[in-house]
Amino acid sequence: MSTVKNPETQVRRPDESLFKRLTRQQLFIPVAALVLLVLFNLIADPSFFMVSIKENSLGNPVLSGNIVSVLDNASELVILAIGMTLVTASSGGQDISVGATMAIAGSVILRMVCGGQVSADTMQMPLILAVLIGILATMLCGAFNGALVAYFNIQPMVATLIMYTAGRSIAAWINNNQLPIINDLAFKYAGTFLPGIPVPTPIFITALVILAFWLILKFTTLGLYTQSVGINANSSRLNGLDPKLIKLLTYVILGVCVALAGFIRVSRSGSINYSRIAENIEMDAILAVALGGNALSGGKFNIYGSILGAYVIQFLTTTLYKYDVPSTALPAYKAVVVILLVVLSAPVVREKLANMKKAPAKAAKEVS
Amino acid sequence: MPKGTALDKQGRLKDRPAMTDTTLLLSITIVVFFLLYLFAVFALGGSFAKPQNFLNILNNNAALIVLSCGMSVVMITGGIDISVGAVTCLVCMTCAVNLEQQGGNMATVILIGLGIGLAFGVVQGFLVAHLGIQPFIVSLAGMFFAKGMTTIVSKEPVRVTNEGFLAVKDTRITVPGLGSPNKLGQYIPAYVEVGVIIALLVVVLLFCMLRWTKLGRSFYAVGGNNQSANMLGINVRRTKFLAHVLCSVLAGLGGILYFLHVGSGDVANGAGDEMNAIASSIIGGTLLTGGVGNVLGTFFGVLSLNTIKRIVSSLGFDEAWWSNITVAAMLCLFLVVQSVVLLRKNTSKQ
Amino acid sequence: MQEGAVLEMRGICKYFPGVRALQDVDFTLREGEIHALMGENGAGKSTLIKVLTGVHPKDGGEVHIRGIEGAAVIRSPQDAQNAGISTVYQEITLCPNLSVAENMYIGRAKGSVTNWKQMNQGAGKILDSLGIPATPKQQLGSCSIAVQQMVAIARAVDMECKVLILDEPTSSLDEQEVVKLFGLMRDLKAKGVGIIFVTHFLEQVYEVCDRITVLRDGQLVGEYVIEDLPRVQLVSKMLGKELDDMADIKGESGGVATDQKGAPVLEAQGLCSSAGIKPFDFSIRKGEVNGFTGLLGSGRSECVRAIFGADHVTGGAVKMDGKEVKIKKPLDAMKQGIGYLPEDRKGDGIVGDLSVRENIILAYQVMKGFFRPISRAQAEAFADNYIELLEIKTASADTPIKSLSGGNQQKCILARWLLTDPKYLILDEPTRGIDIGTKIEIQKLVLNLAEKGKSVTFISSEIDEMLRTCSRLLVMRDRKLVGELTGEDLTQTKIMATIAGGDEE
Repeated sequence: MSTVKNPETQVRRPDESLFKRLTRQQLFIPVAALVLLVLFNLIADPSFFMVSIKENSLGNPVLSGNIVSVLDNASELVILAIGMTLVTASSGGQDISVGATMAIAGSVILRMVCGGQVSADTMQMPLILAVLIGILATMLCGAFNGALVAYFNIQPMVATLIMYTAGRSIAAWINNNQLPIINDLAFKYAGTFLPGIPVPTPIFITALVILAFWLILKFTTLGLYTQSVGINANSSRLNGLDPKLIKLLTYVILGVCVALAGFIRVSRSGSINYSRIAENIEMDAILAVALGGNALSGGKFNIYGSILGAYVIQFLTTTLYKYDVPSTALPAYKAVVVILLVVLSAPVVREKLANMKKAPAKAAKEVS
Repeated sequence: MPKGTALDKQGRLKDRPAMTDTTLLLSITIVVFFLLYLFAVFALGGSFAKPQNFLNILNNNAALIVLSCGMSVVMITGGIDISVGAVTCLVCMTCAVNLEQQGGNMATVILIGLGIGLAFGVVQGFLVAHLGIQPFIVSLAGMFFAKGMTTIVSKEPVRVTNEGFLAVKDTRITVPGLGSPNKLGQYIPAYVEVGVIIALLVVVLLFCMLRWTKLGRSFYAVGGNNQSANMLGINVRRTKFLAHVLCSVLAGLGGILYFLHVGSGDVANGAGDEMNAIASSIIGGTLLTGGVGNVLGTFFGVLSLNTIKRIVSSLGFDEAWWSNITVAAMLCLFLVVQSVVLLRKNTSKQ
Repeated sequence: MQEGAVLEMRGICKYFPGVRALQDVDFTLREGEIHALMGENGAGKSTLIKVLTGVHPKDGGEVHIRGIEGAAVIRSPQDAQNAGISTVYQEITLCPNLSVAENMYIGRAKGSVTNWKQMNQGAGKILDSLGIPATPKQQLGSCSIAVQQMVAIARAVDMECKVLILDEPTSSLDEQEVVKLFGLMRDLKAKGVGIIFVTHFLEQVYEVCDRITVLRDGQLVGEYVIEDLPRVQLVSKMLGKELDDMADIKGESGGVATDQKGAPVLEAQGLCSSAGIKPFDFSIRKGEVNGFTGLLGSGRSECVRAIFGADHVTGGAVKMDGKEVKIKKPLDAMKQGIGYLPEDRKGDGIVGDLSVRENIILAYQVMKGFFRPISRAQAEAFADNYIELLEIKTASADTPIKSLSGGNQQKCILARWLLTDPKYLILDEPTRGIDIGTKIEIQKLVLNLAEKGKSVTFISSEIDEMLRTCSRLLVMRDRKLVGELTGEDLTQTKIMATIAGGDEE
């Protein structure tokens, strides 16, 4: 058996071109998209990349420019995309309630720091404690979603539809439908700038979260377990894993991410609008996961792909804003880009493209 | 022949434990709806007992019934289409602009509605069926696109004053034998709007199609297991494509009905209707995993959903948030019940 | 076309990325013959069939079918059906959510409207005539796997086909069902249908087939009339070498039976589980190889699943090395040094998209715990070690396991458990659906492990394989342990008698 030698069965396919090998890389699509966006902006208006120092409303010198705003505004999305990647990998579905639960987190945090008042000039509770309570609230939401998915075998999209429908209403109910406003400057540090530091704080928070997940993935087996459960729950169980628990765990982890994102979002303005806060962000987060080359049907994942995907989406949004696309029409443009991206990354299309490349020059000319 | 029928008769007894998932879930839905409504009539009395109030559920939700039926078809094939709410909105706005600013009439409205639906259906169906992109992502993009396009057509609400249109909109079809006296003691016959007739027609047509036509059965087969369906000689791609086309065309039709009901174009039209449609389908016994479902159930799903909304508000919980929380709770309940029932059923089989 | 042929395939080629799955293969099927298609795993049998039925497009060659002018164009299973080719695949390819009757008719009914009454009656007649225990209106998913397979066969039989392909249809059928199937095949043969029969069971080939075509490594070895090809030669044609290895293992088997003196490793009393087996007692000694035997569905897999805690254990006591232990879930069993290779390799064994390396380290990693990941370098060392030791054929340790052949996947699962260094290893059908060469390697490995003082429980559908490896056999019937055979009693006839039961009660 061991010595069956048949060199011919291992032949390489002749069309193994550089292009094909490149396009097969998981990060090809987000990187290509980013490069295209950068090139477009370089050609259209190089000043897009200018970073200047301006004074903000408090008179502090801070960095300003499109690049800074991309990095700053992408923060919530990046943090969500990380959690969403894990949930996608373990359960083969997405949590569409993240926007609604961000509203819950924001609502809880505001209620805590305002001490139940409609407005407060100083924080009624240490910020860290308020944020922890917010995290606890969204962890509960995550556990609720996760329990429905893991223990009742409900498809993730549908299970989280419940929170999606109820979340914003719960957020409003937490504050009795009032809109609490906190005027304490210290509360806004997390969403704007720390005194004396010209770089927006969300960028630091995001960096810390990414670092934390890098450490978690390095020093625990979360990655292997999540993928294993997502690919084949039965065999994972027979290898001693508890697939239900692991699925639940990923939803709870997403809960933590949601709370952090919610905190950054309310901290930007110091107030909340229940129906508008983080509207449609679940769609962007899922998109970031898909753009990062992760299969939305679960299994193998690359968290850095999702992070890159999130930044690409924000880059696109900022670019569109710059060209005076009204914010209400933005979704239409985004949709076109999204469709282009997913079509390009569809296996069927990639195969066809690769075949065209190897076809005779005449065919290639027609393509270009 | 007698032998064959004898076997059927014998088999009927045996069939009972082997009730198909579709039938089981459908029966649950219908029972729940009647219990809900009876509860409302007896516990809350008054307004629920009036025939017109029941018919108003239909009047207000004709569009949702059509949307939900389309959603059910896609869900039966194992897909999903979250663009239906936004398509509804786009259709309303485009029709309103057409009537008010371009001198359109009822015919152009119908053409526009169905045309927009068809366009969305063909593109989304192609992407899902032929390029193998996940339906969630495709219809997500579709939803974004429709939302954006709506504001490009018009950001401001457009009220329709076209007389031909208003005539159709205000047509009231009285239901013989139903009605109730008003406060002055005058007998007011109960009525339904034109949209309701169309919606009911859609339900019946789809029911027949799903039950008796080759295409309808293919939807179930593809949703049950698409590789098997392929091996059984069903053209899976074509089936999925047609399911998406059907769903989007129904979304277009739903848009027309919505427009007929509200009589204006507004960016807030049909907001969240994709979720209502999904919820109605699920309450109606359609599984998102595909292969199981029924438009009759979906019809009752829409009724149940709106009955419970009204029960909650007449119980005094009329702040805006309670409606949403109720829908969510209802959805949660149904999902858990479905999951437990199906789980039981399947484990007892083995 | 040749005279009497209903199907001719000439010069069929098929490439997959990196592999020539079929190279210039010819195949001829005559009217009214049962033609076995034989070969090891990866020989190209399934690929040839999938090309014929339009699942895979072919990269070269021609297909001729009687009644069709020129080369037949088959691009989809639908085309194949229309051309008179019906197929029963190894995996069940029906829709579990539809009724039995619908599964028999969908995709081939003429006209676009379904006549339920007619369909149910037609299906009822066919089910009756084939003796399939199902009603037409029943939902397919509520039938047992064997019945589902029979329904698939009923569907194929009912189609007015010229060519019937049976791709390992017997792997989920028990003996009586196989007998029934063979009767059916002979009937069809008499009616002039050409049948292509793919199987791993040599006995079955010699029972019903007229001709054999052997493939190896995607190439045609030859076509033979059954009388001209004795079993030994068939096997050597499939393997492409002489049968020294098979002789070897028989020589070793004598040594195992004597090894009975070790202390008991695991003792179970009154064990039962949610899978519905009657309480049973079980024990195994150090260095012993024993086995569960019985018909499919007799509860042999359920027994070992109960020992491993894979099913919910509802009663009984387990002792490891004389000490009482609680095994409620697989992890408990793993911590006691038990390993379990499950019956359903694809569903319960491999984690398809993960690499060979990750699949190998998985169980060991789980035992080490959540906060102690195995370093990349260490994992690579483990994987390379076992790839070499078990001669796993893979492009690299990073290759996704799903792209390996069945036998090599099975070796990876074996490696996974060997890495945990178990005291007691349970192998449930480790040789099902894999080629003869690998089967022999696995049997050898089992005996090696026993020599090193490990205990092994071995389950196989092939009794001679069990006889070669086990020194003690526990016989199951109707979910109940009905007998135990050792030493002198370990003969084919004795085992058969115990499985069949009858007089002794």
